[in-house]
Amino acid sequence: MACAIASLPQLPETTEKSHPVPQNSEANGGARCSAQDPDVGSHGAYPDLTFLTKQEILLAHRRFCELLPQEHRSVEESLRARVSLEQIFSLPELKANPFKERICRVFSTSPTRDSLSFEDFLDLLSVFSDTATPDIKSHYAFRIFDFDDDGTLNREDLSQLVNCLTGEGEDTRLSTSEMKQLIDNILEESDIDRDGTINLSEFQHVISRSPDFASSFKIVL
Amino acid sequence: MSRQLKGLGEEGGGGASGRARNSSPGTGDKSGRRPSRKRTHKAETSPGRRRAQPGQKESTVGSPGPGSPRRKQAERGGRREQLGERERGSAEKTGGGRRKRDGRASLREQRAPPKKKKEVPRKEEMWKQLKKHRSSSLASSTSSGESLSEEELARILEQVEDKKKLIATMRTKPWPMARKLAELREAQEFVEKYEGALGKGKGKRLYAYRMLMAKKWVKFKRDFDNFKTQCIPWEMKIKDIESHFGSSVASYFIFLRWMYGVNLVLFGLIFGLVIIPEVLMGMPYGSIPRKTVPRAEEEKAMDFSVLWDFEGYIKYSALFYGYYNNQRTIGWLRYRLPMAYFMVGVSVFGYSLMIIIRSMASNTQGSTSEGESENFTFSFKMFTSWDYLIGNSETADNKYVSITTSFKESIVDEQESNREENVHLTRFLRVLANFLIICCLCGSGYLIYFVVKRSQEFSKMQNISWYERNEVEIVMSLLGMFCPPLFETIAALENYHPRIGLKWQLGRIFALFLGNLYTFLLALMDDVHLKLANEEAIKNITHWTLFHYYNSSGWNESFPRPPLHPADVPRGSCWETAVGIEFMRLTVSDMLVTYITILLGDFLRACFVRFMNYCWCWDLEAGFPSYAEFDISGNVLGLIFNQGMICMGSFYAPGLVGINVLRLLTSMYFQCWAVMSSNVPHERVFKASRSNSFYMGLLLLVLFLSLLPVAYTIMSLPPSFDCGPFSGKNRMYDVIQETVENDFPTFLGKIFAFLANPGLIIPAILLMFLAIYYLNSVSKSLSRANAQLRKKIQALREVEKSHKSVKGRATARDLEDTAKGNSKNATQLTKEGTAHHSAGQSQALDQKAQGPGASSSAGRTMPPASQHLPVSQPPGVRPDSGQAQPQARPWRSASGKSAQRPSH
Repeated sequence: MACAIASLPQLPETTEKSHPVPQNSEANGGARCSAQDPDVGSHGAYPDLTFLTKQEILLAHRRFCELLPQEHRSVEESLRARVSLEQIFSLPELKANPFKERICRVFSTSPTRDSLSFEDFLDLLSVFSDTATPDIKSHYAFRIFDFDDDGTLNREDLSQLVNCLTGEGEDTRLSTSEMKQLIDNILEESDIDRDGTINLSEFQHVISRSPDFASSFKIVL
Repeated sequence: MSRQLKGLGEEGGGGASGRARNSSPGTGDKSGRRPSRKRTHKAETSPGRRRAQPGQKESTVGSPGPGSPRRKQAERGGRREQLGERERGSAEKTGGGRRKRDGRASLREQRAPPKKKKEVPRKEEMWKQLKKHRSSSLASSTSSGESLSEEELARILEQVEDKKKLIATMRTKPWPMARKLAELREAQEFVEKYEGALGKGKGKRLYAYRMLMAKKWVKFKRDFDNFKTQCIPWEMKIKDIESHFGSSVASYFIFLRWMYGVNLVLFGLIFGLVIIPEVLMGMPYGSIPRKTVPRAEEEKAMDFSVLWDFEGYIKYSALFYGYYNNQRTIGWLRYRLPMAYFMVGVSVFGYSLMIIIRSMASNTQGSTSEGESENFTFSFKMFTSWDYLIGNSETADNKYVSITTSFKESIVDEQESNREENVHLTRFLRVLANFLIICCLCGSGYLIYFVVKRSQEFSKMQNISWYERNEVEIVMSLLGMFCPPLFETIAALENYHPRIGLKWQLGRIFALFLGNLYTFLLALMDDVHLKLANEEAIKNITHWTLFHYYNSSGWNESFPRPPLHPADVPRGSCWETAVGIEFMRLTVSDMLVTYITILLGDFLRACFVRFMNYCWCWDLEAGFPSYAEFDISGNVLGLIFNQGMICMGSFYAPGLVGINVLRLLTSMYFQCWAVMSSNVPHERVFKASRSNSFYMGLLLLVLFLSLLPVAYTIMSLPPSFDCGPFSGKNRMYDVIQETVENDFPTFLGKIFAFLANPGLIIPAILLMFLAIYYLNSVSKSLSRANAQLRKKIQALREVEKSHKSVKGRATARDLEDTAKGNSKNATQLTKEGTAHHSAGQSQALDQKAQGPGASSSAGRTMPPASQHLPVSQPPGVRPDSGQAQPQARPWRSASGKSAQRPSH
């Protein structure tokens, strides 16, 4: 574990020497391999591509490695490995979050949307970091709330959202009439074009007026 | 349809999406595939494709004049011809279809099954070679120099700049990491390749050097940022608390940390400019009377009980005002200590006020006007009420309950907004409660006055007990401890809504603290006046003593008498030091009472509940005593008043800030421990951000109020004659006059005298009033314009509803968007509104006529309106032509939807 952390910052430098630039651009292509591409230098580039600092990325990598089985914890393997949703949910930062499944699904790049690679994990942390712009935060918030992935928040999405917010317990559930009233009110406020759903721009319009969205839409490792 | 919007969000540059598109053949629509592949080749290879990006980007992201997008397009067209690209034009025309495909493709890339990736490398390789071939030929042609025209050079430079901008803003793109990496690599390669080609001859070296320095600078800045974030203390502690208690409790600790930073700066100011110069260069202890413990106190001066009361040696140390000498300059540096003392005292206030106003301004900058948030109560509750920092299941449960309650509350509020039961009873109870609370406030004020008076009696007596010495501080701390709960009990009578109740409670505690502080000050001021009255007599005594000492007979006339030992010289009471000591004691006792309250009220209670629960007849944890909640508002108010006291006292006790820094440091650790060990999350979780600026406002008020007494003492009380840096002067501020007269050139002195002339000050104040009046009226008229525009939007919405059946949806959205844009910019209302209205309509018609292909052009001509969108846009570079926005703006989604409808 310790050696993995220690070797991370040096990764770009050491590999850079062994692979001159032109050689490697032909050596491997494709989206997946670009992560190991020494040309960009995966860890050299992450601070440019995310809102995280180097320390935060290293910490994220450490936490990510803790989720992996013991034998796959080398740097190379950890960058390639994927972690299932159940393992990600065991992180204390996500444990109590009612949207944990949605968050992971939105950020997952695997075809079945049920596992996270390290880069997906970094994307997640970047969006939820302190310094991310409100725009990107609200964009992802919209995708998280869009339970059926159809690009708009319709009544089903909203009622699912309410159920997430009010928790599992029976006593905190809203009754059907209350739910209807609530969703009607929300649509009345936010649905500017009156098509019965809230689209991304309407959502961002509302969110941009909220004083405390950016401060609460945060996950810190 | 279902994936369209999502795809739109991730659309972008040619390389990645093109690759992905080919990697998953068979799923895309046939009609689109062929041109798209062709186009992708071009995208990889031809510089013309690259040129297409900046133009597009400028038209959407930047803020050019209305004509500029068209100009850019024309420019691009011309260049395209120049490069002899025939297919490009058609590809560009079918941009709408392409966008759709790109959207799909990027989505597909995101979800692409791994097995298909195998074939990616081969194709990638092929393209790479092709690309390299082409680009190297281009590079060679550019490096040959002569063949490169001025225009082309400018174009490449622009491209390079755009790529750089893209690199800088890559992180704000909602793309998956692999995509970002690919884009970044492409952009970097491009920049590296063409950077060298720019600037030939003598400029080349300079250009390369500048690029190198820019790169270094970026790296340095990033490292520095990393370093800065590492330097922020207690990040993990606060994060822990955040995850357990939500952001509201953490906001107190963030406030505490901020306060600690401010106090560190004040500490540096005072210690660096006043205390350390005095200790290093001033006259040593024991050299003059004011720096010596008087003979009467000498034997007890080192006792702990005396030191604890800040008497004895501590009183005659650099921590207090009285220790400083009135020598104009000290040491070999000829440091003007009295001047420095005065200026530091002023700048402590100046700095505190400035930093508060700055942080208040930065708080309010992000949020929009208050009036608008009223419109979105339900939406805010829905979309922003969850605190993603919560990592504790207990807190999460509380949060669920509180969210449910707030939902139900607001539904009930909506249903019956004006429900009044027994108006008379409620009114009576409220009047009664207010009466009781005013009684409490008056009582506490009188108690403090009484106690301070009594302490003045005590101070004249000998042999007073510990209690009698510290009575004032004890009474004040006890009042601060017991009055807030009392108020809360009384407030239960009023039956207010919890939110309103909280505000009342805060206001009352504020009034209590303020009243106590001011009573204390008034009583202190009485004391000061008393001492000042005695001063004249003491001054005479001192004179006479010295006179007699030197003139008394019995000594040989030939020997001059050794000077009187400083400890024996009679002194004045030095009211400044006395005031400083009072503040010092108050601070220390306040700190101790806070800690003891935490220990007894929170920790012991928690221990009792936790361990006695095994052998008790009812459930202690759920029942009566239970665990304590963290009292955010009380703690914040305590902190604020403490800071006010520090600012007041630091003029008379420079060491007070040092004590305060220690206090904040210990309370950070102590309270962090206490809150984690013995408190439970709030039942009623309230939001942090709104209250943050509220706290800042309170702090500003308190600092201003604490400025007043200090300013009064500086301006209108004579300083003591035998202690402190201003002794011997008529008023403290005379030190400035003295410096101006003696040390500055005469013309500066004249200028200062002129500036201090009432004839100049009164017009200046008048001018300020006028400015305030003017700005106020401007803001009023702006808000009126805002209201009118809102009405206009509503009217437009009505119109749109009625026309909905006739016109397409796209028109409606364009209209809506135009209206929205207008609401942001009042001046452009009339012209642009109508212009875009008609433009939107005609575009919609065009779209209908031309099908999917035309929609992107409609989207492209709209941007002037989109720039006034209320949603703030990141200054991002959009790498893809025609698809400037990763997020679907209204006009975007409109065009996207309309583009798609015919295909279904």
